[in-house]
Amino acid sequence: MKVSIWGTRGSLPSPGKETARYGGNTSCVQVDNSDGTVLVLDAGTGIRALGAALPRTLRRANILLTHLHMDHIQGLGFFAPLYDPKAEVHIWGPLSASFDLRSRLMRYLSPPLFPVPFGELPCQLFLHEAPCGRMQIGQFEVVAAFVCHPGATVGYRIQCGRRALAYLPDHEPALGRASLRLTPEWTSGCVIAEGADLLIHDAQYTEEEYAHRVGWGHSASAHAFEFAKLAHVEHLMPFHHDPTHDDAALDQLMSAAIERAKPMFRVTPAQEGVVLDLN
Amino acid sequence: MAHKEIEIILARQLADCLAMPILLVDADGSLVFYNEPAEKIIGRRFEETGALSPEEWLKVFLITNGKGHVLEPEDRPLVRALTQRKPSQSTLWIRGGDQIDHRIRSTTLPLIGRGGRFLGAMAIFWEAGVE
Repeated sequence: MKVSIWGTRGSLPSPGKETARYGGNTSCVQVDNSDGTVLVLDAGTGIRALGAALPRTLRRANILLTHLHMDHIQGLGFFAPLYDPKAEVHIWGPLSASFDLRSRLMRYLSPPLFPVPFGELPCQLFLHEAPCGRMQIGQFEVVAAFVCHPGATVGYRIQCGRRALAYLPDHEPALGRASLRLTPEWTSGCVIAEGADLLIHDAQYTEEEYAHRVGWGHSASAHAFEFAKLAHVEHLMPFHHDPTHDDAALDQLMSAAIERAKPMFRVTPAQEGVVLDLN
Repeated sequence: MAHKEIEIILARQLADCLAMPILLVDADGSLVFYNEPAEKIIGRRFEETGALSPEEWLKVFLITNGKGHVLEPEDRPLVRALTQRKPSQSTLWIRGGDQIDHRIRSTTLPLIGRGGRFLGAMAIFWEAGVE
């Protein structure tokens, strides 16, 4: 299983020379394996370059949306396979109590916010709502579960053979708690993350910033480390960087978080262009 | 132990923050949490008992109708919220570990998640005086 990072940023794209190393594109991660199956985790602005890099012979793309906040769907209309009549594009997204996934996506992918109406996209489009049990996509076994974040939001666990990736880009497991003192079974997201080889997790804020943003659906970096420890993961990738944190600030924030947590697991802060082979 | 659904986790966090006694039951009927105010009525601490199976928690406290008649398990508001999936309000008496009859007003509601997933039930008590 190969994991490629195309967008690391939360909330808002942050291009510029000050953010060039960690990247300015919003959430987008590619997962693929030897059988040619391509999973795209979220459709932030990073998805444009991802789509352009896919082989033109690709006949099926699978997009797993964690939720429909703008920073996770803003790039969707710029994903090249959507305009290929020979391509099948499957999109999974969280089910809501009221409107179906199509009508919720159409709020953005229709005029006046977007010029091409959803129904006029040339590809063969299939929409699926999650959670929907255990899904098999090529050799990937995928499980979704609702997690703590405003609005309908899921996290995904992607298993391929004995390797597991957990993707929780927007997640506030510490909501209502000073720290994660509960057991894994009582902690949001642990069902997705437990024992994962790689956990990509929200680490948007410093602890000082989090104190003023409780309930916004994100974690302080310290919470991401505590959560990773609680879930017994092998490797943590702090993700969903705040748009106000430039490269220098992120270097400092990550070093301080590692120094304080002294984790027993590997830590690789998310940077655009990073590729990890979980095998 | 199985991982809890996010709605049950959040319901527990809410109960933990509130001053009203709250009981939280999962879809299998296990009493998975009761908060500190509820501990006073039940007469047991959650830290001591942990989660209780349906057979266990039905024995921990008795519910009567005020005339000394003990309600059958299937007539208890929480059990009805589980089996009939309907909310209810009632006035009843609870005799817990302190052997005191607490007159309470109870609101019980089924917990139904997105997609119609049945998750359990919650009871909120308002103590209406000790008899």
